Amino acid sequence: MASLNVRAALLSVSFLIVALGLWEMATQPPEAQTGLTEYERMMGGVEQESRVPPPSAVLRLAWEELSDPFYDAGANDKGIGIQLAYSVYRVLAGYVAAMAIALPIGFLIGMSPLMYKALNPYIQLLRPISPLAWMPLALFIIQDSDASAIFVIFICSIWPMLLNTAFGVANVRQDWVNVARTHELGPMRTALTVILPAAAPTILTGMRISIGIAWLVIVAAEMLVGGTGIGYYVWNEWNNLDLASVIFSILMIGVVGMLLDLALGKAQKLVEYKE
Amino acid sequence: MSKSILEVDGLSKVYPDGQGGDLTVFEDVRFALEKGEFVCIIGHSGCGKSTILNVLAGLDEASSGNVVMNGKEIKGPGLERGVVFQNYSLFPWKTTLSNITFAVRARWPQWSKEKVREHSESYLKMVGLDHALRRKPSQLSGGMRQRVSIARAFATQPELLLLDEPFGALDALTRGVIQDELVKIWEETRQTVFMITHDVDEAILLSDRIFLMSNGPNARIAESVKVDIPHPRARATIFQNPAYHKTRDYLVDFLVNRSGGALPEEDGSPKFVEPAKGVASPQAAAAESAAKAVNG
Repeated sequence: MASLNVRAALLSVSFLIVALGLWEMATQPPEAQTGLTEYERMMGGVEQESRVPPPSAVLRLAWEELSDPFYDAGANDKGIGIQLAYSVYRVLAGYVAAMAIALPIGFLIGMSPLMYKALNPYIQLLRPISPLAWMPLALFIIQDSDASAIFVIFICSIWPMLLNTAFGVANVRQDWVNVARTHELGPMRTALTVILPAAAPTILTGMRISIGIAWLVIVAAEMLVGGTGIGYYVWNEWNNLDLASVIFSILMIGVVGMLLDLALGKAQKLVEYKE
Repeated sequence: MSKSILEVDGLSKVYPDGQGGDLTVFEDVRFALEKGEFVCIIGHSGCGKSTILNVLAGLDEASSGNVVMNGKEIKGPGLERGVVFQNYSLFPWKTTLSNITFAVRARWPQWSKEKVREHSESYLKMVGLDHALRRKPSQLSGGMRQRVSIARAFATQPELLLLDEPFGALDALTRGVIQDELVKIWEETRQTVFMITHDVDEAILLSDRIFLMSNGPNARIAESVKVDIPHPRARATIFQNPAYHKTRDYLVDFLVNRSGGALPEEDGSPKFVEPAKGVASPQAAAAESAAKAVNG
């Protein structure tokens, strides 16, 4: 009997083959019929409606795109690598800015019940706002579409980090804080050498949720602001009615999102501890 | 007798009882610790032993009274008082060794890295853990974790060591082994130790004096019982000393029959008793003859 991993891999591959096979069959153009009218022959067969491209077409396109991902042939024709790089850059810029604000403030409200009570109403009010709702205001105030997209990422990734940091810091075991106190550690050293490592797994969980949300939001944000980025690319290809490119870029969005999550997952492993 | 390093005067702790009133856990607790003395405190649950220890550690505040150490009133925690907590309280993200070096560095910030390491390793060796320097606490058994915790407390060489039921969570066999180790370390270092325990035998093995607390609420430290057994002691041989049985009978009698209404001296200090030199109070005499009748 093969190991569980091997069996799971075999099953995964067979699911993929079945799904791709069904997709391929469902999207075959109908047999050319005899006795086409002159009009039909002029229109290139009987296809009256556009069809979802078959996987073979998507794969061919993927091969082309991935063999030269960074070409740049003008504003409306850039390689998939360039578009993804723009999106990743915006996500990271907004995400790092959110970290710079969320981690210290999360620490503050985690350590001070007073600050928690004072700031909690605002957090609860601002948190459920769809990040895209900020877009018009951001465009008006910042007057720059690129920076506005980064701002939207900032505002959507701040909340999970902020709340998880506050929660992690507030729930550090009192015993560990007591050990710090009996060893006369100052507030700064207690924060850095005891509370930070103790709360790190919870903080990293928040950061992982944040990067996931940021990647979800960037696609929609770029569809709105246009110009560059994978979200813009998807929308542009839809306007070109190039469905193979749309499907290909959807898959690439999934791949990059998965890689971002894997990276944060690795970081999470590094700070985890067993009690 | 040498000079007291710690004096506790009129200590009490009052909590709101949740029904609008107040609950006095213990009141007017008075005692003094001599330098180099090992003192255990025994009492039933709820008499506030842990609170007293936490007040001494500076982690909790008493409602009234004060604690003076070396002529200075205790305000908050300090490195001159080391604490061993019941649940070990090691940092799980640090290795065994860095759990100790962290404390040693806090105590002597001017020491070089090598000196800190050497010092820390020597204390881990003392508790027989020099083979587990790089392991994390989660990879150690409960007994080994408590050894690390004890090594951490001794390594900072505090003037007063506070042990909060350090063996409470261990199985009986492990507990015995670590008790022996604690005896050994204490014989070497002669630290002043104040320890909470529920275990009469443990208290006799380790202490010079045993404080007996009456039951809460309104608990007091009623008696201070001298353990007149010479050092060095060992778990395997201590029961051969006649003083052992007299002391043990006295303690058990207090905990079973008298802890309800026992009171200290008029001035609030605990009654000093020496069970090894005969009985101190008429009740104890009656109890002793009753115990003899049962045992005989």
